[in-house]
Amino acid sequence: MKIAEDLSRVEETEKGDDLPNIVINETYCKGCGICIDFCPTDVLEMRGNLVAVKNLEACTKCQLCDLRCPDFAIQVF
Amino acid sequence: MAEKKKKFMQGNEACSEGAIYAGCRFYAGYPITPSTEIAETLSVRLPKFGGVFMQMEDEIASICAIVGASLGGAKSLTATSGPGFSLMQEGIGFACITEVPCVIVNVMRSGPSTGFPTGPSQSDVMQAKWGTHGDHPAIALTPASVQEIMYETIRAFNLSELYRTPVIILYDEIIGHMREAIALPEPDEIEVVERKKPSCKPEEYKPYASNNGDIAPLAVYGEGYRFHVTGLYHAEDGFPTNNTKLIGEANERIVNKVNKNIDKICINEEFYLDDAEIGVVAYGVSSKSAKFAVKEMRKKGIKAGLLRPKTIWPFPYKAVNKLAKQVKAILVPEMNLGQVYYEVERASRGQCEVKGIFKVDTEAIHPKKIMEEIEKFT
Amino acid sequence: METAATPKKTKKAKQTPFDYSKYIRGGKLPHIWCPGCGHGIVLKSLLRAIDTTGRSNNDFALVSGIGCSSRTPGYVDFNTLHTLHGRALAYATGLKMAKPNLKVIVTTGDGDALAIGGNHFIHTCRRNIDMVIMVYNNYIYGMTSGQFSPTTAQGMIATTSRYGNIESPFDVCKMAEASGATFVARGTAYHYGELEKILYEAIMHKGTAVIDIIDSCPTYYGRFNKFKTPSEMMEKIEKEGTIPLKQAAGLPPEKLQGKLIRGIIYKKERPEYTSEYAKLVEKAGGKSK
Repeated sequence: MKIAEDLSRVEETEKGDDLPNIVINETYCKGCGICIDFCPTDVLEMRGNLVAVKNLEACTKCQLCDLRCPDFAIQVF
Repeated sequence: MAEKKKKFMQGNEACSEGAIYAGCRFYAGYPITPSTEIAETLSVRLPKFGGVFMQMEDEIASICAIVGASLGGAKSLTATSGPGFSLMQEGIGFACITEVPCVIVNVMRSGPSTGFPTGPSQSDVMQAKWGTHGDHPAIALTPASVQEIMYETIRAFNLSELYRTPVIILYDEIIGHMREAIALPEPDEIEVVERKKPSCKPEEYKPYASNNGDIAPLAVYGEGYRFHVTGLYHAEDGFPTNNTKLIGEANERIVNKVNKNIDKICINEEFYLDDAEIGVVAYGVSSKSAKFAVKEMRKKGIKAGLLRPKTIWPFPYKAVNKLAKQVKAILVPEMNLGQVYYEVERASRGQCEVKGIFKVDTEAIHPKKIMEEIEKFT
Repeated sequence: METAATPKKTKKAKQTPFDYSKYIRGGKLPHIWCPGCGHGIVLKSLLRAIDTTGRSNNDFALVSGIGCSSRTPGYVDFNTLHTLHGRALAYATGLKMAKPNLKVIVTTGDGDALAIGGNHFIHTCRRNIDMVIMVYNNYIYGMTSGQFSPTTAQGMIATTSRYGNIESPFDVCKMAEASGATFVARGTAYHYGELEKILYEAIMHKGTAVIDIIDSCPTYYGRFNKFKTPSEMMEKIEKEGTIPLKQAAGLPPEKLQGKLIRGIIYKKERPEYTSEYAKLVEKAGGKSK
């Protein structure tokens, strides 16, 4: 899975088959916080200037973070 | 011997016919005196060839539309006059930096501003060279008869395709509205340059590759080469760059496309120049008076000669310099307050006297005036 | 169509995430837009809409003028043209006439389309030439760092309206409709799914389609006008500041005050320019493309 050819520094959180994968491209992320604020289950948080996963278990894979990310920086599957 | 097919027509009509002969299939323009007949003629003629005629909302839209159409593969033309030519300048710069072929006709009228719309002039010569901001290439042709308007329009399209740059045709209201019987060229009689298309794989296509001085072919939108065109400085692949080295190289390259081919682009008519002692450098309608004057002088035994640039930009510095070496003086009659005059002075490098004959009352320069000035040097 | 999903305790993926890589040019991301700028959300909606059409990348041309929104074409793998300030529609018109089979999409902003390009905007709508005009409307000149634009509301602060803007704003949709556009809609970056649907309909429409896309500029408009975060701007301007067409229909005018109507506002069939031109060519006895 890739967003663009030069996808780099992919941080993949894989904790077994039943848990969602949240991929954050730290090169693309600008830390605007939109994904954090619109996440209905409070999965994400700011770490430094970038977004990070805080509570993966709560993720419902609704993909709101992806759909409202202006920077092609986060995907959930 | 079969007589050539001749047709009686106006300069502006001849321009339209030349455009169609050259393969022009898109025209966008805005009505303005004294160029409007080009639009009127093409609105009738182009649809017959499946071509597009569009009357736009202004001259800015016109220059932009022809560049858009050219990227869609159509040889494109717009025609205007002074005020409209001023409005088009930014768009001409865009065509220069993006290297999109197109032809712009400016039928010169009196200015500045609205000036005297029906009055002829030759006062946009410097604007044709320096009108748009930034260093850029400039090719401008100055036909001097109805027949020549047709030929030079074809040449304008050829140069534009060959060098991937806008080409300007400058003539004045007098020739634009003058009627002459002209010979219509047969198909294939005059060379028509077609656009060089890329043959490489789309992913390897570089629309702005320098290719050691060879001009990169231009792909047509929608034919598989999904390239990017921008008025920002761009690298060989067409995408914007901040790299100062690439920016410098790109600017030099677009200017050098013309500068390095001056000998191929510049065409001059020489009239009684071989033994001339007094030279006249004239273009467009003023060259008609000058030619008459030179002929009259020769009848009197005065060795006058005429150098008539058909290409005013790039300026024929070499030819003028050579003439300056040979003659006592060069006269420059033009319908402005001194434009080409200064270029002639520059090219002459002090080797002879250079004198301008200027007129801006919207009446042509009378041959008598030129004769009087020639006689002053005998 | 509200797309905000309600949290469910299921761990199953509803769908695999949309793969934008088919449309994004390699090596061009990250884009130049500021943190929290809605342009990226709009672009993603557009790419999903284009994907739904099932047409090849070769069939689309993206044309733009100057400004933040106008940087869109550089990132996407179509026939792309980034032109002069305000002039995108004129270039797009020329291109469309030379290549009528291309689907031309213009990405432009409130300043580019309505101030410097206002004349081209109304005339393009008048011709009803087949084209999608996406106005990324963030009420500000972002690229030149925050001057008021033709859509900035009265009283708002910008670098050139420090005492509050005294000019009346344009309503993009009313202007488009009055000028002759045959598809007029409004969407927002916040309502990304609705926007995607509108854009798909706009692409499928034959004629001039104008979409007023309410979008946020947190860097300038937000900062000057006391919005704390990009998401707060999206909530207040895009969500609370708009109302769906259907919902608005039953409400009295006082309830609609300060709200912009979202959805496909106007749609009409009217002869389209390239088709009319083809007929003209036939009439003239020429061969059409």
